[in-house]
Amino acid sequence: MNQRSVVTLTINGAVVEARAAASQTLLTVIRDQLLLTSAKRGCNQGACGACTVLADGRAVRSCLSLALDCDDKRIDTIEGLGEDPTMQTLQRAFISGGAFQCGFCTPGMLLAAFALLTNNPRPSEADVRYALSGNLCRCTGYKKIVEAVLGAARALPRQVTP
Amino acid sequence: MSKHGDFGIGKSAVQIEAQEKVSGAAQYIADLYRPNMLFGAVLQSPHAHARILNYDVSSALSMPGVRAIVTGDDLQEHWRIGAFIKDEHALAKGKVRYVGEAVAAVAAESEAKARAAAAAIEVRYEELPAVLSPETALASDAAVIHEKASEYIKVFDTGTSGNLCSRTSFREGNVDQGWRDSDLIFEARYETQPQAHVSLEPCGALAEMDANGRVSLWSANQSVFRVQANVCESLGMPMARLRCLTPRIGAGFGNKMEPHVQPIAVLLAMKAKRPVKLILSREQDFEMVRARHPFQIRFKTGVKRDGTLVAREVEVLVDGGAFADDSPGVLGYALLMSCGPYRIRHAYCHGRLAYTNKMRFGAFRGFGVPQVTFAGETQIDEIADALGLDPIEFRLKNLKREGDSWLGGQPIDSNGLAECLDRVRKASGWTGKRRLPNGENSRRALGVSCSAHISGLLSTGAIIRLLEDGTVLLNTGSVDIGQGSNTVLSQICAEALRIPLDRVSIASPDTDGSPYNWGTTASRVTYMTGTSVLRAAAEVEQKIKDHAAEILECAPADLELIPGGLVAVKGISHRNISFAAVSGRAHWAAGGPIIGSHSWVFDQKTIDPKRASVIGLPFPQIGGFVFNAIVADVEIDESTGKCRVNRAWSACDVGRAINPQMVEGQIEGAFVQGLGFALFEELVWNGAQIANPSLMDYKIPTFVEAPSELHAIIVESKDPRGPYGAKSVGEIGINGVAAAITNAVNTALDVRLRRLPLTPQRVLTVILERELTAEAARAQ
Repeated sequence: MNQRSVVTLTINGAVVEARAAASQTLLTVIRDQLLLTSAKRGCNQGACGACTVLADGRAVRSCLSLALDCDDKRIDTIEGLGEDPTMQTLQRAFISGGAFQCGFCTPGMLLAAFALLTNNPRPSEADVRYALSGNLCRCTGYKKIVEAVLGAARALPRQVTP
Repeated sequence: MSKHGDFGIGKSAVQIEAQEKVSGAAQYIADLYRPNMLFGAVLQSPHAHARILNYDVSSALSMPGVRAIVTGDDLQEHWRIGAFIKDEHALAKGKVRYVGEAVAAVAAESEAKARAAAAAIEVRYEELPAVLSPETALASDAAVIHEKASEYIKVFDTGTSGNLCSRTSFREGNVDQGWRDSDLIFEARYETQPQAHVSLEPCGALAEMDANGRVSLWSANQSVFRVQANVCESLGMPMARLRCLTPRIGAGFGNKMEPHVQPIAVLLAMKAKRPVKLILSREQDFEMVRARHPFQIRFKTGVKRDGTLVAREVEVLVDGGAFADDSPGVLGYALLMSCGPYRIRHAYCHGRLAYTNKMRFGAFRGFGVPQVTFAGETQIDEIADALGLDPIEFRLKNLKREGDSWLGGQPIDSNGLAECLDRVRKASGWTGKRRLPNGENSRRALGVSCSAHISGLLSTGAIIRLLEDGTVLLNTGSVDIGQGSNTVLSQICAEALRIPLDRVSIASPDTDGSPYNWGTTASRVTYMTGTSVLRAAAEVEQKIKDHAAEILECAPADLELIPGGLVAVKGISHRNISFAAVSGRAHWAAGGPIIGSHSWVFDQKTIDPKRASVIGLPFPQIGGFVFNAIVADVEIDESTGKCRVNRAWSACDVGRAINPQMVEGQIEGAFVQGLGFALFEELVWNGAQIANPSLMDYKIPTFVEAPSELHAIIVESKDPRGPYGAKSVGEIGINGVAAAITNAVNTALDVRLRRLPLTPQRVLTVILERELTAEAARAQ
């Protein structure tokens, strides 16, 4: 049960090998072994969204993802997206719009918003509220987050539809 | 001469920590790692009330990777803590008093190993009868939860007896005369539920002992100084042997003010002689920290036919849980605020606090005021309706005004509540008709409420150092719990010294180097610490001028600070010298480094003994009143009973908004936390056990439940004593939310709901009852 296997992750562009037990989650591996701490353990149950990371570009709960299942997957945390123009636009909008207070939910919130804008570059307010509804925030009342995501969407260059 | 606001205040400066928070670099307690660090885990009590007969830790200790185990046997009997009544040990000692209480703890090489070992500790208990409600607790034959309560150290006359933890009463005027002077008397009972704080970051701590036996402690906290005092008292340690520091805090709503697992982490680190990090799971955070008190409330109000309030009696019965914690304060403060912001000549407000075998209840944003405001403000609506008065007009007629006194006799220095009411009335389009057009299957109405809070309490300080290059280091000891106080205090400092905000840095709170600060709690940091910052800056300014006067060969009084870190001869701005030059001289030639400092304690008396008589605990010195008015537009689905807040307007009189965007953030966040309290949040006990200690089963508002239109309105009735006129905003915005929402539901459905939360089931029940009554009436 406690036997560990080697898992190969492409994390923030770097290929790393980690050892994980069958029961170990992606969250514990990236936090305790790789010391990437932007993904937070808020509930360890998939209910709060603070542990959100991107797996092959999709927003997933790293507390519900078994590390061994992520073998050969591309994992992105917010630490690795600092140079991405969409993420930078979102970060700027969060900062100028006051879209965070304590900041504990913010990495997960930004990644969920990033995944939304990747799939839907011009979301409506309802789209934003629905897409982020799995990410909890206890500080802001959500209003400034919605405004920041909509503002970031407006600020992004309009993609040409093929 | 430039006006206030040219440098720091009144501008929405971005949070100083913005870049680290959006990049994922911000480090919270769980993100800290130390070389050679162990992980902690806690064993919790399975019983609500039981004697601990013995522990067997041998098999747990022999498990791989286990380095230390601590139990109540590691504590001395007199090492008890508590802000008001010293009734609690760091770990259960002798008895357990609620399901989930920390009984023992383990330090091991991994968190999984620590948890497995904690589960392997064997404890023999002798079960005792559990007392699970305040009524049963106060019955004469109830099992006593604290047999030695009479020996406990208490900071006021508590009246403790049996399971009565404490009681408090206020009397002003003559309430019996008040009933005689009233034309109509309204009386009803109300009930509010336990609410969980759910800061997104669970509580945790990291402790490390150095080779000399001195301990450093980082933790999720709202005050490094309260952590220091509590840990030392609970472990019999001299305070000089413990240094408390803070990482970033993943929000605190009262849950992180008094201690949680800090003493346990320190005990483990001292025993293992290695650093130990102990982070609670979400379930443990629900079961072991604290929650908002459930209140049972009776409100009786007398009024004249013309709408003048005359008399009020308030009686509350509060479940305090197993330990007093902040409960006596919550009871006293709730009573102090229970007559609301109204002129009521005759008042008698009294209440009791009971020990029960449940998790302790404690400080939570609003500190008892959301509970009594729910009762008081829904009753005010009921009275207005009975008198045929518009609820806003009725409130305006009875408002306290500037120059009036609060219950107890304390003067109110500034009061912008009438403007708050006016602003929400206009913004919401409120007319005499509060019912909005019904939907196909829904009813809809507006509801209003008013409330008040305070800004000043206990003691605080600030130190400002002018560094050699003329930049500034501000050190206050105030923990920024996410709300942005580091930014606001830096703005005040920049404004006072007329320098750009980026020339001010703020030190992280550290009991080794920061001036004392009681805590980031009671809505007090802007008002209390901001005042210290302003006065410390004034001392720095004077010292700068003293140096500059010698350099420029003039009198200090002839000098003024001019923008950009310069001091100049008044009116001759080119005759100036830089802060850098002044500070260089002070460091290397004359006078010594420039340091300004200030500390104070809020000393305005709560009670004027000529006006009011009090038994128990009124906070003796508390004040700096702030005010709020809310209008909420609520829609009720008649087939499901589900309530939805479509729009809301919340106007807060904050004195002066140092950072308007952060003020809005507080108002919006408080509204949505209050919406959860009003509509669905409730910790539920199944027998002695919390039935929903998880975010799967305990729902907080999401993006979907939060109103799509939420308008924060800032009213600035400047306080003569606050920094630049500022008062507070941290708590005021939550107090009246449940009342405003309930008033809307009551109006829409023509009912009187008196119990929170307004779950679909409860609302549907009253809809069905109303329909049955109407049917019966038709049948007759």
